[in-house]
Amino acid sequence: MSPADRFAALPDLLSGDPDLRRRGRWLSVDCRVDIGAEPFFLSISDGALAALDRGPQLMRSTAFTFRATDDAWTRYWATIPEPGWHDLFALTKRGAASLEGDLRPLLQNLQYFKDLLALPRQSATGT
Amino acid sequence: MAPKLDPMVGRYVRAEIDGVPHRLYFEEAGQGIPLVCLHTAGADNRQYRHLLADPEITRRFRVLAFDLPWHGKSTPPDGWERGEYRLTTESYTAAIRAFCRAMELDKPVVMGCSIGGRIVLNLAIAHAAQFRALIALEAADFQQPWYDTAWLHRPDVHGGEVCAGLVSGLIAPQSPPVHRHETLWMYMQGGPGVFKGDLYFYRVDGDLREKVKSIDTKVCPLYLLTGEYDFSCTPDDTLRTARQIPGVEVQIMKDVGHFPMSEHPAKFREYILPVLAKIAG
Repeated sequence: MSPADRFAALPDLLSGDPDLRRRGRWLSVDCRVDIGAEPFFLSISDGALAALDRGPQLMRSTAFTFRATDDAWTRYWATIPEPGWHDLFALTKRGAASLEGDLRPLLQNLQYFKDLLALPRQSATGT
Repeated sequence: MAPKLDPMVGRYVRAEIDGVPHRLYFEEAGQGIPLVCLHTAGADNRQYRHLLADPEITRRFRVLAFDLPWHGKSTPPDGWERGEYRLTTESYTAAIRAFCRAMELDKPVVMGCSIGGRIVLNLAIAHAAQFRALIALEAADFQQPWYDTAWLHRPDVHGGEVCAGLVSGLIAPQSPPVHRHETLWMYMQGGPGVFKGDLYFYRVDGDLREKVKSIDTKVCPLYLLTGEYDFSCTPDDTLRTARQIPGVEVQIMKDVGHFPMSEHPAKFREYILPVLAKIAG
């Protein structure tokens, strides 16, 4: 399964995590996450995923984008990630990921986003 | 049934730091060689509660963990409301020496983590003869910044939650969840702007590149220990620092991150007990 395929399961993974939705209940935002070359557009409403659109979307506007390489996501989603591949900021520090846009909603809900983007770890394939 | 009491006792001591009166909170346990413990930026002495409750350590060491001014239960100095808090190499060194003086400690061992580790390097540079041994956890002469500290103190972002959210990534995935979340809880409780003020020392004022070369470990032994999951002070940062200090003992800790004593006490124990045994002789 490709890293993008694993990320496409995000709605089911978040549905199965009521505590994470509870922690994100103050958050409604549109943002973008790139898994390698493939963009995903997340519409988050009260901590739940109202929509996850895969692939390019014409003129779609988002608050911020987090992007990382396929290799970085694969390592990040290992059951026990290696040192230096275990946190979103470990990835940005080493240059395997980047952030842009209005980071305020991200920083206001930082642990929620870290945990949201780590959800595919539950489906770790080890490959 | 007798109450189940933890062995450490908490008290306040009055100390003057650079001529300014302070009321410092500390906890202590044990007897023998004084071992002063320094918490990380934006946190407090509770990070050392497992060490303070470890009879293997407290039978030979009098462990004292104090809260820096502005942290934990140490109040800021009078008039704090009229300025912005900023820790500097000078003020941090003065606070540690003032605590040791106020407690009348004779040649203590000092162990600090993160900013506490960095300042331990400064103690080794500038005041080595006053200490029996120095232990720097997660320390290096310099580290590359990985976020903008402006996010740590602004009215539209919850300071405690953003501090905890940032440092959560510095905890190793192997660390037990209960200790991970207790470590983060302490971060959520820091005063407004305190973590940011501590990082002024870390980022701006406390660059010890070049200076560490003057450390003489024959005057005072120095131990460096860094967790492999610490991407703030990486193992490479610590090893680079160690290469400049003849006689230093350095160790990279497996399955541990930036907060060894609080995020994984049992694992940290495996690494720190041999160091303390060597110091005790």
